[in-house]
Amino acid sequence: MWKWFHQLASPPHFYRISLILAPWLGISGLILVAYGTWQGLFVVPMDYQQGDAFRIIYVHVPSAYLSMMAYMIMATSGAIGLIWRIKLSHAVAAAAAPIGAGFTFLALCTGSIWGRPMWGTWWEWGDPRMMSELILLFLYFGYMALRSSIDDTTKADKASAVLALVGIVNVVIVHFSVEWWSSLHQGQTVFKKGTMDADMRIPLFIMLIGFTLLFGSMLLRRIRTEVLYRERRTRWVREMILSPGGGA
Amino acid sequence: MNQTISNEGQRDIPGMFAGLAATTKRDLLLAWKRPGDVLNPLFFFAMVCTLFPLAVGPSAEQLEFSGPGVLWVAALLATLLSLNALFISDFEDGSLDQFLVSPQPLPMLVLGKTLAHWLTSGLPLVFVSPILAITYRMPLSVVGVMMLTLALGTISLSLLGSIGAALTVGLHRGTALLSLLILPLAMPIMILGANAVSLAATNDIYSTGIWALGAYAIASLSLAPYATAAALRISNE
Amino acid sequence: MTHKLSGDNLTLIRGERCLFQELSFALESGSLLILEGRNGCGKTSLIRAIAGMLSLEEGTVYWDDVPVERVRQTFHGSLVWLAHRTGLKGDLTLVENLGFERLLRAHSSQDPEEVYERLGISRLKKLVLRSLSAGQQRRVALARMLLSNVPLWFMDEPFTNLDREGRVLVMELVEEHCSRGGMCVMAAHQDVEINVPTTRVKIQ
Repeated sequence: MWKWFHQLASPPHFYRISLILAPWLGISGLILVAYGTWQGLFVVPMDYQQGDAFRIIYVHVPSAYLSMMAYMIMATSGAIGLIWRIKLSHAVAAAAAPIGAGFTFLALCTGSIWGRPMWGTWWEWGDPRMMSELILLFLYFGYMALRSSIDDTTKADKASAVLALVGIVNVVIVHFSVEWWSSLHQGQTVFKKGTMDADMRIPLFIMLIGFTLLFGSMLLRRIRTEVLYRERRTRWVREMILSPGGGA
Repeated sequence: MNQTISNEGQRDIPGMFAGLAATTKRDLLLAWKRPGDVLNPLFFFAMVCTLFPLAVGPSAEQLEFSGPGVLWVAALLATLLSLNALFISDFEDGSLDQFLVSPQPLPMLVLGKTLAHWLTSGLPLVFVSPILAITYRMPLSVVGVMMLTLALGTISLSLLGSIGAALTVGLHRGTALLSLLILPLAMPIMILGANAVSLAATNDIYSTGIWALGAYAIASLSLAPYATAAALRISNE
Repeated sequence: MTHKLSGDNLTLIRGERCLFQELSFALESGSLLILEGRNGCGKTSLIRAIAGMLSLEEGTVYWDDVPVERVRQTFHGSLVWLAHRTGLKGDLTLVENLGFERLLRAHSSQDPEEVYERLGISRLKKLVLRSLSAGQQRRVALARMLLSNVPLWFMDEPFTNLDREGRVLVMELVEEHCSRGGMCVMAAHQDVEINVPTTRVKIQ
């Protein structure tokens, strides 16, 4: 197990594995998302309270979930890089940040669109989940800004890993403090976690898996470019590029 | 000049709290010699508090209602302003190098600096805030609560901010970056503080906020110095 | 008691450049190690790495044959660091500056007045450091070094900002320190001739 882990952490080996894995993840993710979308838009019956508006959860929930998942990946791989000095894991953290920020933004947009018919406004400051998500987006921005303002890659890796770790402790506190805060100011109706019918839940489940697979594929592709850039002086990269059909 | 070197390792090194006391003392002495660095954030705090009535209007109910929030936002920004300079001079004149090669544990040295920062930025804010609070028509009983939340909150802000200051020290765009890094992390502190004061103003139970702020302060006292020390080691490489 | 400082297989990569590779050295009590090379060749990085301020790509520095990260406090308690950036505060006086240092590290039983006299800074005691010249500030940093009771001196470019007299003084101090069983690591771009057992490491 440990040996396998070490082998995976070697950049050339990882590069080869991800080259095979990424398209498969991507294709299977696309199929699931396509199926889930079709189900969610046309097959699932209309909600008796929200009408058709609720169908946006099939995008909203998976992106909200991935926005947090990406932050977890970013912080954990940063920590692994700091503690065990595995370079590849810093590349993972660097690659995960923009994707995570993208999903956070998507979650905020879909939440806002959903909020329009529900609350009658594009943005409801009183909703704790929207607030947490917004703060998460700011955390991503801070992380990426710190990374981009340090020229030395090794230094940027370490500094941003510290920031991500401090952030992850704080995400929990942000969540609870925002919950407490919104409980004080409950004027508008906040989303109630209603029970979902099974025929609504299954497409959501499919979308979750599909989004995760797509996320995995995107992450692998980004890590690959990150690894190529970081290892551009090494022999294996040169040999691969110079070999016939290399660099594909 | 003709004594022999008798060092047996760590026998003669001053104890663990010596480093904390040393940096606190030195930074307080430095602040004493440069009172402007202490006063500027206070003026900034007062000015931000002046801006709000000018922007939203001077009606009594509005000021009473927004007072706790405005004071807290102003305190947060003033602390942020003073945090920027926390490690810069130490970085530029080589003191940071001396810290890193000193036998004292770096987190303790850092804690000493942060403590001095709180004593020269957070604590003065606590004592200036009642004057501004009264202009916002805050009742005296609420002023006490506000001072307590500010005292607890600025401890956490200093500690949390020291991590950001350590991460951005030596970077060209440090100032703007520091705010970008610290503000989202500092939001819970402001939420807890400002809302506890608002609750006190409406005669509600506000102790939840105070306890949470206290817990936050204790947690950051025990964790933040390690993060700051790690960040300083990285930034000074 | 004799000490030993050694480095094994040290490699440091900074950004794109590999500054040094598979570099080894050993230094015993009573001797001097000089890191030589042109400006910007990485000797400052090397001396910082040996002192434990930079993390190495590969290799280990040993203090008394134990990796320094395992005896960090003992190691840092045994050294004093002198560099271009002195680590002294311009707003404080000489005495206040050195008083801070006394709280951090073991200090010698020498009379500070004697040391100030020897370095020619005794009449500057009451002045804030900002008002002193670069050379005088340098001498204050030397005083800090002399007043700490440690076997290992790290000196990064110790001759900058010093006049001829000051340079001779530094060489004398190093000589005395080594003859009393101390050791010294020095990064310098000038030719340094000091009458003690010397190891030279050249960086390309």
